[in-house]
Amino acid sequence: MKWLSRKVTCNSHGQDSSYFLGWQEYEKNPYDEFQNPNGIIQMGLAENQLSFHLSESWLSRNPDAAGFKRDGESIFKEIALFQDYHGLPAFKNALVGFMEKIRGHKVSFDPKKLVLTAGATSANETLIFCLAEPGEAFLLPTPYYPGFDRDLKWRTGVEIVPIHCSSSNGFRITQSALDDAYKQAQKSNLSVKGVLITNPSNPLGTTVSREELSLLINFVSAKEIHLISDEIYSGTVFDSPDFISIVEELKDKNLEDTDVWNRVHIVYSLSKDLGLPGFRVGAIYSNDEIVVAAATKMSSFGLVSSQTQYLLSAMLSDKMFTSNYIAENQKKLRERHDMLVLGLQEVGISCLKSNAGLFCWVDMRHLLSSNTFEAEMELWKKILYKVGLNVSPGSSCHCTEPGWFRVCFANMGEETLKLSLQRIKAFVESTMTSNNDVGAYSQRQSPRNSRRRSIPNWVLRLSSHDRESDR
Amino acid sequence: MGSTSSEQQKNLLSKIATNHGHGEDSPYFDGWKAYDENPYHPTKNPDGVIQMGLAENQLCFDFIEDWIKRNPQASICTTEGIQEFKDTAIFQDYHGLPAFREAVAKFMGKVRGERVRFDPDRIVMGGGSTGANEMITFCLADPGDAFLIPSPYYPAFDRDLRWRTGVQLLPIICESSNDFKITKAALEMAYEKAQQANINVKGLMIINPSNPLGTILDKETLQTIVSFINQKNIHLICDEIYAATVFSQPKFISIAEIIEGDGSCNPNLIHIVYSLSKDMGFPGFRVGIIYSYNDEVVNCARKMSSFGLVSTQTQHLIASMLSDDEFIGKFIIENSNRLATRYKNIRRELDKVSIGCLKSNAGLFCWMDLRKLLKEPTLQEEMVLWGKIIKEVKLNFSPGSSFHCYEPGWFRVCFANMDDETMEIALKRLQKFVKRSKEKRCGSKEEILQKQSSAKHLIS
Repeated sequence: MKWLSRKVTCNSHGQDSSYFLGWQEYEKNPYDEFQNPNGIIQMGLAENQLSFHLSESWLSRNPDAAGFKRDGESIFKEIALFQDYHGLPAFKNALVGFMEKIRGHKVSFDPKKLVLTAGATSANETLIFCLAEPGEAFLLPTPYYPGFDRDLKWRTGVEIVPIHCSSSNGFRITQSALDDAYKQAQKSNLSVKGVLITNPSNPLGTTVSREELSLLINFVSAKEIHLISDEIYSGTVFDSPDFISIVEELKDKNLEDTDVWNRVHIVYSLSKDLGLPGFRVGAIYSNDEIVVAAATKMSSFGLVSSQTQYLLSAMLSDKMFTSNYIAENQKKLRERHDMLVLGLQEVGISCLKSNAGLFCWVDMRHLLSSNTFEAEMELWKKILYKVGLNVSPGSSCHCTEPGWFRVCFANMGEETLKLSLQRIKAFVESTMTSNNDVGAYSQRQSPRNSRRRSIPNWVLRLSSHDRESDR
Repeated sequence: MGSTSSEQQKNLLSKIATNHGHGEDSPYFDGWKAYDENPYHPTKNPDGVIQMGLAENQLCFDFIEDWIKRNPQASICTTEGIQEFKDTAIFQDYHGLPAFREAVAKFMGKVRGERVRFDPDRIVMGGGSTGANEMITFCLADPGDAFLIPSPYYPAFDRDLRWRTGVQLLPIICESSNDFKITKAALEMAYEKAQQANINVKGLMIINPSNPLGTILDKETLQTIVSFINQKNIHLICDEIYAATVFSQPKFISIAEIIEGDGSCNPNLIHIVYSLSKDMGFPGFRVGIIYSYNDEVVNCARKMSSFGLVSTQTQHLIASMLSDDEFIGKFIIENSNRLATRYKNIRRELDKVSIGCLKSNAGLFCWMDLRKLLKEPTLQEEMVLWGKIIKEVKLNFSPGSSFHCYEPGWFRVCFANMDDETMEIALKRLQKFVKRSKEKRCGSKEEILQKQSSAKHLIS
């Protein structure tokens, strides 16, 4: 008899992916300025460490929120006992206010339609549980966040079918890509229940354009399916074009209170915008009251700690603080982004033009020994072990073109970023030198590599297909 | 463009979203709703419903608040603790803060009288014991598989163990005739029934101390259970979330103690679920724990814990509090004493109106025997009685049927979620109700006797 469930023995948790293996290698040999200056610099973690001084300063000016007090009186008991899955009303009001502010007050949110969850990880899984049966599918544009393989598929039994996006048009979502993905799902006998987009995109760092949003709305309307918009990076938009939330586009198209209005759901979190991933604050926003009701009950499996709700309700209700934080944070992100982009440019490496997020989508195709994922893995290992940088290879994000890497810039000090740029420079220069030597040699080799399958097996195992598409 | 009919709307959603697997249509939750609509307040609503359906531990907050005041550094957001704010706020490693795991492991050992030690590396976080129970189920069973569970049991297990997992729960029937103890015969019967129905049993879930009974499992029963699961090669999940609420003899015996002394038991089958919601009174903080002796389960559960990690702000506070040996030592004793006092008080007042409870020594509730207040020993009469208790007596008790108790007339009554004054008022209301019910019964008995004697008179 099988002792454990299939969930234990399968690898749908996705953690055999290079995305997570890189983290493990980093943990074995982490860079430290003094104690381990030759260690691996973590550039695979999309964290926002740039604005903590703002939060810390707020905390020191607001001792009550931190110390379980209200007007100087202890309310520890009240907070410790509060386990209502509807959430602390003051917190939901404050969170909704924060979300509206990020969207420039172009839309308004009703706190009653907001469901609190333990991080966006839990929000995404919960929504999938509500919207799809095991064996059904969601379409996701590639490249996408590696954690979605776990969050959307593992315990739910739902499949992901990729919407292939390519560098030829800046990885934008096209009508034909949507149609192809839908057809592919049908060919595989998978019933499509919805589309999930991340806007701004992880790993691209771009905001989804109005045209793409319009395309998506028309697509889900025609197919009568759901649209989940994961907007957890909405507060990290540091450059034009402005962020357009899916609800703003729906409003602009006068689609409020229509069928499609009820099938669009937003996921949010404070992990990226406020830099508080440890606090596990996620949320689902939906206009469908059945989804809200079901998701609220499900949130019992991962509620936000009342201690954290109380603290953050005070912090986010401080409008001056939030306005200042959003502006300052965006400014710092832009500076860091520019530093990384310019630094890479100096060594002939370009990035996808981006205006958001905590990372750049870096083009290292010219550094590959061949246009294959094996070559990408080769390059990735060199960057990890020889250069000492944990960056995320595009294949771990299901990118269909080898040679792209996600490189994070907001999770370290400025000096560390400078050091990582120096290391890249040294690596590129040495690669150029050895390529000149090896170039002639490799031309004499058989073109075996180019005939190899362009997507490695383990990437395919993570997606819904057994075999590569005819791409 | 009109709006979809609600039927069509439902078809767009999953079965899980639209079925009743959340279990909230149970009377257990109906009582809560009645309370929410008319909650008792000593001055603002003295005739309101007193909540006795919520197993919360509110007896030691003064003790804890005193510690909070004396330890501002435990909060990462105060002046004293702020230097740790950044590192804590960005820490999202699902292993949890090492200090948190060590503190929890130590606390678990203390609660068990230091008779066993727990390895911090086997501590896995869950979103409260709600999240932890669902998670261990996902790890051990596939949809369609089943767990055996002694009844009566906590109503929300129907949601926690079954709703999204697709796993079934099969009751092991326990009876009042032997104080609801779990017998080998009952275990075998439940297992056999499953076999006959072609249901694959993956494990046995026990709650020790028991909710709703408030009793602990004795050594013999635990050993019987361990033999049973070893023989059948199925898992044993022990929900020990009430471990520190044991307030009188006999002392609590954890499954950890049984297996440490028993080389014949396969440790890969043993898993403990724990939480700070009951023992410390912190349900809002969502501190749930899985402790498994099976390495594969630890690894898998750890990955799954991403769906319900404990806020690091809370991990930090808890690590600090549970590491304070002196405070914790005193807390465990004080907590136990205050629960004992409450329990004795209730039993004394209930004795005055000849209402009995199952003899218990743990938990935040008693298992009250109101069978003699039923007109007939049926589920319908239990519901009628319950309706009266809520609407006339204005007490939210939880009817035994909501705990899957097969004998009508038992009610779970919580006693640790209110102050002494409210407890007094609740008991007085109950005493009045019982006396009135007796008078009515006597009254109707008299009427019957009178009718009988008039009938005789007519006949003779």
